[in-house]
Amino acid sequence: MFRNVAELVELAESKQVKIAEIMIQQEIEVSGLTREEIIAKMDRNLTVMEQAVERGLNGVTSVSGLTGGDAVLLQKYIKSGKALSGNILLDAVSKAVATNEVNAAMGTICATPTAGSAGVVPGTLFAVKDVLNPTRMEMIEFLFTSAAFGFVVANNASISGAAGGCQAEVGSASGMAAASIVELAGGTPRQAAEAMAITLKNMLGLVCDPVAGLVEVPCVKRNAMGASNAMTAADMALAGITSRIPCDEVIHAMFLIGQSMPSALRETAEGGLAATPTGRRLEAEIFGEKK
Amino acid sequence: MKYRSAFDIIGPVMIGPSSSHTAGAARIGRVARTLFNRLPKKAVISLYGSFAKTYKGHGTDVAIVGGILDFDTFDERIPKSLELAEEAGMEVVFSVEEMVPDHPNTVRINLYDDKGDLEVVGISIGGGTIEITELNSFKLKLSGEHPAILVVHNDQFGVISAVTHILAQHQINIGHMEVSRKEKGKMALMVIEVDQKIHQDVIREIEKVPNVTQIIRMVE
Repeated sequence: MFRNVAELVELAESKQVKIAEIMIQQEIEVSGLTREEIIAKMDRNLTVMEQAVERGLNGVTSVSGLTGGDAVLLQKYIKSGKALSGNILLDAVSKAVATNEVNAAMGTICATPTAGSAGVVPGTLFAVKDVLNPTRMEMIEFLFTSAAFGFVVANNASISGAAGGCQAEVGSASGMAAASIVELAGGTPRQAAEAMAITLKNMLGLVCDPVAGLVEVPCVKRNAMGASNAMTAADMALAGITSRIPCDEVIHAMFLIGQSMPSALRETAEGGLAATPTGRRLEAEIFGEKK
Repeated sequence: MKYRSAFDIIGPVMIGPSSSHTAGAARIGRVARTLFNRLPKKAVISLYGSFAKTYKGHGTDVAIVGGILDFDTFDERIPKSLELAEEAGMEVVFSVEEMVPDHPNTVRINLYDDKGDLEVVGISIGGGTIEITELNSFKLKLSGEHPAILVVHNDQFGVISAVTHILAQHQINIGHMEVSRKEKGKMALMVIEVDQKIHQDVIREIEKVPNVTQIIRMVE
């Protein structure tokens, strides 16, 4: 069993296989399930992700009315041909937003690694799919690679906003996505780890400050930024850029930052954007005197 | 290692909006329901920490009640669980606690009916993964790093040795074990942490041991 990114990369290099394969082999060992059963299980998760993106791109609105419809606006904007950031990047952003809008509307999603950060991994996968034309199996492998990197973060830092702030949720998701994009694009395991490190470094310290305690503001737009962060870091790693701070040290820094973060900034809706005058007004409008 | 599976990271498939506050909460509720083994007449749900602060927005309330109604994390009835509980004749009481818990996402669930009562304390550690930390005032010291089962049984001669004998026969090594009971001769608990995964056929074999009433997988 690998405990950190260094061991994960080492295993993939020594066996000369993809990161995804290391995760699949570990899953066989831990779960006692067959390879076919494990692949089928991930295939079902992929299907849930596809359905969520499709639903979001058709437009949803949350119960509170705070979020919904932004994925649709972005798709229209891409089609107008005026987009500055590039269509693939914006497509990833819109699909990440689509998934998270469905989540906010209490729709069915697959947590990657959490529900609040469920947009980034599928958003980037479905956007790069149009360029890289992966097989179904390669898309499933994308998710196993994400799982491998998320597994390290979950066991060595945190994937809970309440424990480590939003860096633990959207931050982890973005790092996972970046590493998977690199692998799908033909990068090495080491480059995947570099992409993870570059992404996470730029997400450190991100607080979890949901307005009215809802997984909506700023969560949905953070999935958008997480997706673009992942795409950029993946391209940087594929260009040969490395992180000066090794990935495992970045993950440890994330753990320590999470520990020193005051509880007001860890999913309690007591600080940050939740405590702004508008945040408080929205909270009162949604929950009235009850909360 | 608190997380053991790729599907702890990519998954669960769930109803939004929060894996720890919705899916994890539903799972804790469902463990309580499984342990109680029937629909309770009354459920008292005490919320601590981040659960107490944000439960309405996250749907933690409907998720826990959904779990007590035996719904899985992806059950589309979760948003309507409060009405469904009422229809099913289950009274639900929420209590928002001020006490600062060890883990920010902590819930205490008390279930009651004419036949008995049960108390479960659970924490939601992120991404939908949960730990049960207390059962009927008995602290469960589970590391979460190894597969674990909980065996509920009547406090009688030979039950413990019969269970451990079955594990030995299947070459499953026990890493940590705790035994407790409420009163002599009454309900007793074994919490067993092992090194290898316990397959379903082994669980079925343990279920057949006289005086064993229930087995729950605590950590897969």
